Amino acid sequence: MSESVKDSDQGDDGETRRDFLTLATVALGAAGAAAAVWPLVDSMNPAADTLALSSIEVDLKPIETGQRITVKWRGKPVFIDHRTQAQIKRARADDGAKLRDPEVDKARVKKAEWLVLVGVCTHLGCVPLGQKTGQPRGEFDGWFCPCHGSHYDASGRIRKGPAPKNLTVPTYTFLTDTMLRIG
Amino acid sequence: MTSSSPRPPSSQGPIVRWIDERLPIFTFMEHELNDYPTPKNLNYWWNFGSLAGIVLVIMIATGIFLAMNYTAHVDMAFGSVERIMRDVNYGWLIRYVHMNGASMFFLVVYIHMFRGLYYGSYKGPRELLWWLGLIVLILMMATAFMGYVLPWGQMSFWGATVITNLFSAIPLVGDPIVTWLWGGFAVDNPTLQRFFSLHYLLPFVIVGVVVLHLVALHTHGSNNPLGIDRKSEKDSIPFHPYYTIKDMFGLGVFLIFFMGFVFFAPNFFGEPDNYIPANPLQTPAEIVPEWYLLPFYAILRSVPDIAIPGTSIVFMEAKLAGVIAMFGALLVPAALPWLDFSKVRSAQFRPIYKQLFWIFLADCILLGWVGAQKPEGMTLFLGRAATAYYFAHLLILMPLVAKFEKTRPLPESISDPVLKNEGGE
Repeated sequence: MSESVKDSDQGDDGETRRDFLTLATVALGAAGAAAAVWPLVDSMNPAADTLALSSIEVDLKPIETGQRITVKWRGKPVFIDHRTQAQIKRARADDGAKLRDPEVDKARVKKAEWLVLVGVCTHLGCVPLGQKTGQPRGEFDGWFCPCHGSHYDASGRIRKGPAPKNLTVPTYTFLTDTMLRIG
Repeated sequence: MTSSSPRPPSSQGPIVRWIDERLPIFTFMEHELNDYPTPKNLNYWWNFGSLAGIVLVIMIATGIFLAMNYTAHVDMAFGSVERIMRDVNYGWLIRYVHMNGASMFFLVVYIHMFRGLYYGSYKGPRELLWWLGLIVLILMMATAFMGYVLPWGQMSFWGATVITNLFSAIPLVGDPIVTWLWGGFAVDNPTLQRFFSLHYLLPFVIVGVVVLHLVALHTHGSNNPLGIDRKSEKDSIPFHPYYTIKDMFGLGVFLIFFMGFVFFAPNFFGEPDNYIPANPLQTPAEIVPEWYLLPFYAILRSVPDIAIPGTSIVFMEAKLAGVIAMFGALLVPAALPWLDFSKVRSAQFRPIYKQLFWIFLADCILLGWVGAQKPEGMTLFLGRAATAYYFAHLLILMPLVAKFEKTRPLPESISDPVLKNEGGE
């Protein structure tokens, strides 16, 4: 009853209602500023039309056994390798080898003769060689990245050089036996 | 800004006085140029600060005119640069000045920084001056990198791919960050457009930081070759006309050098591959950054997997360790004012540090050479050794030298050696 206004304003530890109000105001202001900045930051993420272009269809009919073709998907090269029986055998034989990023060949393909890979070296993003006849395929009959010397095997797994991971397998589905959708 | 109180300009007409009363720009100029006391013993290494400022203005001026003819679109960028070179009146000149100006800017700034290292200009009370300079350097690197992407040649595209991929080394959030930087799933049109936007913005941010750099500089004034503070009026001369004329002379010499490249070897610093339009499906045989980034590129590539000794347990993959080392190489110098706590600034009076300075300079040049080679065999070993030395110099040798070095006696004042006729060379 005898408390003055000032006393009631002040907690035991010397903090006042004013401190609380200041803190609350600053916190709300900061949250508001963050909310205002977010649209700007998010505008730099892939736009709707960029995302809409994120799947392509490839006709596999003209690709002969042993042939490799490159298609462009999301601005990156995708390697489609119509593997020979010998290549499949070699890839499977290497399942037990010492691998930096262990993965069996079976887990990297949907149909053994079709190997589909994002053709981007997992080191710093160069395009490995080996798609065209005459290009070096590295020591494991797969791909060779000329930038910093990474060797990939017939399953696209990293075997030698600085790259930390296997060549990525993109999401894909076989629409028919000879029609592939990537993305 | 501490030495004398502001006073109105010495030659003042009624118009000048009318303006100055309302907006004291004349008082300001008088104070910062005519009154501004400068050590009277500055040598030519002190020219490079103002040279850097002038190159910045040249870069902004040429850049504005290039932007009037440049098209930031993957289908048109390369062609628009070729149009500048062939069809736009004097376009070739403006572009070659801008292109070579980037190299000149880094050359001048690196000399400016090594001058600061030699004469201990980073020491108190100029620590923040040093920091602001480092911030300018980092902004310059970002600006130069993005500018190099704009012509959309092979080296533009693949340089952008490699450098943006560095961020994928960050654990967990690496890949989303890279996608965010690209605005897509690869370096593509959104990337080019945002790089153009930022390449136009960042130079003005640099101007802002340079203004702060100058405010910090004018607070305590320039350091000098002796590294001792000014003690009396006798130690100083006004900036204008003494150093304005000296800076102008230095500018003349520098412009002969600069224009020598522009007119006689305009592609000396460039890569021929960048005159091939960007092809996202084919990587050039070798990706080499511009010369001014080579030492940092060498550090990036030199760091191996960091494993627990005696085991094959990799504690940190080479890619992430390299990225950390590269950014560390830019950030560790910020701690230099405290790592090197010797009270003596100038290497003239620091016999051991003086030698370490030259070894450090040689180490940086070696790193630059290594950065241009393939990282194999001997070069890889040299790169690792030079990287280790770079950090050892800053983190280990500097504190040790500061603690144990026996420095030579300092002169009483700046004018003392001259009056006693000892300071002549």
